[in-house]
Amino acid sequence: MSYIPNTDAQRHEMLKAAGVQNFDELFERAVPRKLWDNTEFKMPPPLSELEVSVLLNELSSKNICTSEIISFIGAGVYNHYMPAAVNALLFRSEFYTAYTPYQAEVAQGTLQSIFEYQTMVSEILGMEVSNASMYDGATACAEAALIASAHTGRNKILVPRTLHPNYAAVTSTYLSGLPIAVDTLPASDGLIDIESAMKMIDDKTAAVLIQQPNFLGLLEDVEPIIESAHKAGALAVMVVDPITLGVLKSPGEYGADIAVAEGQPFGIPQAFGGPLLGMMAVNKNLVRRLPGRLVGKTIDSRGNEGFCLTLQTREQHIRRNKATSNICTNQALCALAATIYLSLLGPGGLKHLGELALENSHYAYDKAVNIKGFSSKFDSPFFREFVVETSVKPSKLIEKALLKGILPGVDLSVFDIGLDNCLMLAFTEMTGKTQIDKLVQVLSGL
Amino acid sequence: MGQEGNCKTKGDYLALSKSITIFDRSTPGLSGLDLPEIQKEASHFIPEKYLRKKKPILPEVSENEVVRHYIGLSIKNHHIDKGLYPLGSCTMKYNPKVNDRAAMLPGFTDIHPFQPESTVQGALELLYNLAELLGEISGMDDVTLQPVAGAHGEFTSLLMIRAYHTKIGNPRQTVVFPDSAHGTNPASVTMAGYKSVQIKSGQDGLVDVSTLKAAMNENVAAFMLTNPNTLGLFDKNILEIADIVHSVGAQFYMDGANLNALLGRVKPAEMGFDIVHFNLHKTFSTPHGGGGPGAGALGLKKHLSPFMPSPIVVKNGDKYGLDYDRPDSIGKVHSFYGNFANLVRGYTYIRQLGLDGLRSVSENAVINANYLMANLKAFYDLPYDRTCMHEFVLSGERQKKAGVRTTDIAKRLMDFGFHPPTVYFPLIVSEAMMIEPTESESKAELDRFIEAMIQIAREVEEKPDIIKTAPHNTPVGRMDEGKAARDLVVKWSPITEHC
Repeated sequence: MSYIPNTDAQRHEMLKAAGVQNFDELFERAVPRKLWDNTEFKMPPPLSELEVSVLLNELSSKNICTSEIISFIGAGVYNHYMPAAVNALLFRSEFYTAYTPYQAEVAQGTLQSIFEYQTMVSEILGMEVSNASMYDGATACAEAALIASAHTGRNKILVPRTLHPNYAAVTSTYLSGLPIAVDTLPASDGLIDIESAMKMIDDKTAAVLIQQPNFLGLLEDVEPIIESAHKAGALAVMVVDPITLGVLKSPGEYGADIAVAEGQPFGIPQAFGGPLLGMMAVNKNLVRRLPGRLVGKTIDSRGNEGFCLTLQTREQHIRRNKATSNICTNQALCALAATIYLSLLGPGGLKHLGELALENSHYAYDKAVNIKGFSSKFDSPFFREFVVETSVKPSKLIEKALLKGILPGVDLSVFDIGLDNCLMLAFTEMTGKTQIDKLVQVLSGL
Repeated sequence: MGQEGNCKTKGDYLALSKSITIFDRSTPGLSGLDLPEIQKEASHFIPEKYLRKKKPILPEVSENEVVRHYIGLSIKNHHIDKGLYPLGSCTMKYNPKVNDRAAMLPGFTDIHPFQPESTVQGALELLYNLAELLGEISGMDDVTLQPVAGAHGEFTSLLMIRAYHTKIGNPRQTVVFPDSAHGTNPASVTMAGYKSVQIKSGQDGLVDVSTLKAAMNENVAAFMLTNPNTLGLFDKNILEIADIVHSVGAQFYMDGANLNALLGRVKPAEMGFDIVHFNLHKTFSTPHGGGGPGAGALGLKKHLSPFMPSPIVVKNGDKYGLDYDRPDSIGKVHSFYGNFANLVRGYTYIRQLGLDGLRSVSENAVINANYLMANLKAFYDLPYDRTCMHEFVLSGERQKKAGVRTTDIAKRLMDFGFHPPTVYFPLIVSEAMMIEPTESESKAELDRFIEAMIQIAREVEEKPDIIKTAPHNTPVGRMDEGKAARDLVVKWSPITEHC
């Protein structure tokens, strides 16, 4: 096997040093023979590197990927352009094959890049402190609810029906073992029903979650909800699409206490939904409740500035059952991808990307709602996604469009949110006028 | 550059050398990515009240400067492609390059989780086959690939165990684990709404059967055990332990962080475990990425199958699909289906190795660890002097008496070009050094490590100061972690604070 650097002779020498003649003798000293003597494994035979490459190429080519078809699917994961420099740096062994920077003196590269990531995330979300990353947007959302409950000592979380259904599902799973209730804020016309929200926010409420733009791409009226949450002593948790934040008001500007986001749009491929990047930032008063790793600046014994993991007493390896979270391994490499991506983009680029998505989505909207059998579902302002009601079942529509080289969007009937016969379309810089004209042509011809 | 680091310690340090962040390289007007033109401003589409007023500070840098900056950072890291990384419990093995090439095929990177099933048959087939293989390796009946890290797998398991007990009448209240357990175990217990009960390990470092018996009762939902445990020792009483756990109706959870030692030899299911998590980023060679992403699949016996996270991958004839119709499922624990790209890497690895390769992995991992242990035990205390599995734990007690702490030894090892072992864990060994060489290291590399460890042991006697002031050959000297926590600076700032 090409990943084992010792010969039989070397192994024999090592076994002798360990006081045995062969491996079975060594293994038997550690593991009772009855646990391994007759164990059978039904495994396919080993493959050469060439053979395994062919196998994986075959599997890969059975998928239809967005580089060979035009996709308008979004709903939490988006097809963005991948600048060449991102992977060129990401796949450097120095970043790629290192682990958690517990030993700061030999991990300054990772530590400083996380410090830069924390700065960028704090800035984009408009918050004071970002952690080093979470698994994804959904688990970040769930952990935000945990922070809020611990901080307020309350046990009710309000989750709007306009939150991404998968985020709502993960949040509810995460809290299922704890005495914390998850109540749903109803929606009307695709937005949080403000009147109901006002009634439901009370002195038992730990947190109100608000997604902006919401799952349906629409812009929520955030201010009154946050105001009401704060009046009741609850925390406001905002879930955002970070690519919009060069243009849209940040969670910090809205006065959110915790902001979470799915960072996948920042230089991370769709990859069938993982790995993703959970972003989380809070205001300073919550820093000691942050889950996961945090990097701080310090000084070394030679007087150099440098970086190390900090406030580790929040974490599981020190605090064990009293830790703020169980998270250990996070999404460090994805955080690095986002850091490099944002370094390339700069503030102008971030705004520009948001504007491109905005322009493309509105160009498409104006055309799509004029196609026979398609109508606009909601009237409120939207950002990069919108919903159309279709006279034909969306699943049928998707099937037919696929034959013409288009993935037109997400069939919302698969979610339990009362939106049957609705199709949601998403836009990025990858879906410009050319792609949209093709979409319109295909949808018109169905 | 912010002066935060400088102010409070003024006078303590001469010629303070500043860190140069990407923000310090910023020049207004530069950018590292050209984008297509836009026609209309955002305000054309969106009412003013939704628009951002305060611009975020992001660096303005050209592409070549970005590349130079991150290459400059990268070379300050130690990594497995450079040299030995014997971080116990982390299984820092070589990450085969073919895995990455496979994971980066466009058919895997450029597919969306909400694409119609007919367009992702290859991805679903891979997930289905990987689950089958992990099932065979663990002896378990079913596998879920949704958890994305070991701790995530633990938490998911405990929620499934809770659902299982609830279904048969009572969720129960506590989860028991030994004092040698990873910190993630008790942290996951709390998040799953259980109370932690920690039991003391026996003199031999293993589960003390009578202590376990005394701790088990009808309130216990599960017993969590790492086997081989965090001392690198296989619990030889494992079958008896399983019986004790099952006799009160509790579930037996295996923390699979150390599965590398058992690959192709011992099946967790045959040890009596009901559920086990796999760390694909340890055992199955997916790169650690500076702290993730990982993948934390679970293997489980069929009485727990109904509770697996939704959806699961199913096969109907020659078609693959996602089954959401799982009424007893605990729900979702991830936005989509887990860390797919890492699952591709793990699958590639297992298919390439086959059974022979997996057996070779465990054989070489165990031989390498025992070889190191045999050569080091004369120079450092070995509190549990028995045949180890893939790792072993030394104690720096002897050196501590001479005024040198384990943390000093760890820092000194860096001067020899090695990453230090895991230190101060497990908590039941004072001044612990947990050493896991993995199968990836040659005898020559291990001999160099032994030589360095012996030299350090000599230095403790002869010139301890060189250890106490280590490291000397690293990009930076020893970091003041206390200061980082006291004067918390967690982001770059253009303003000079505190001055």
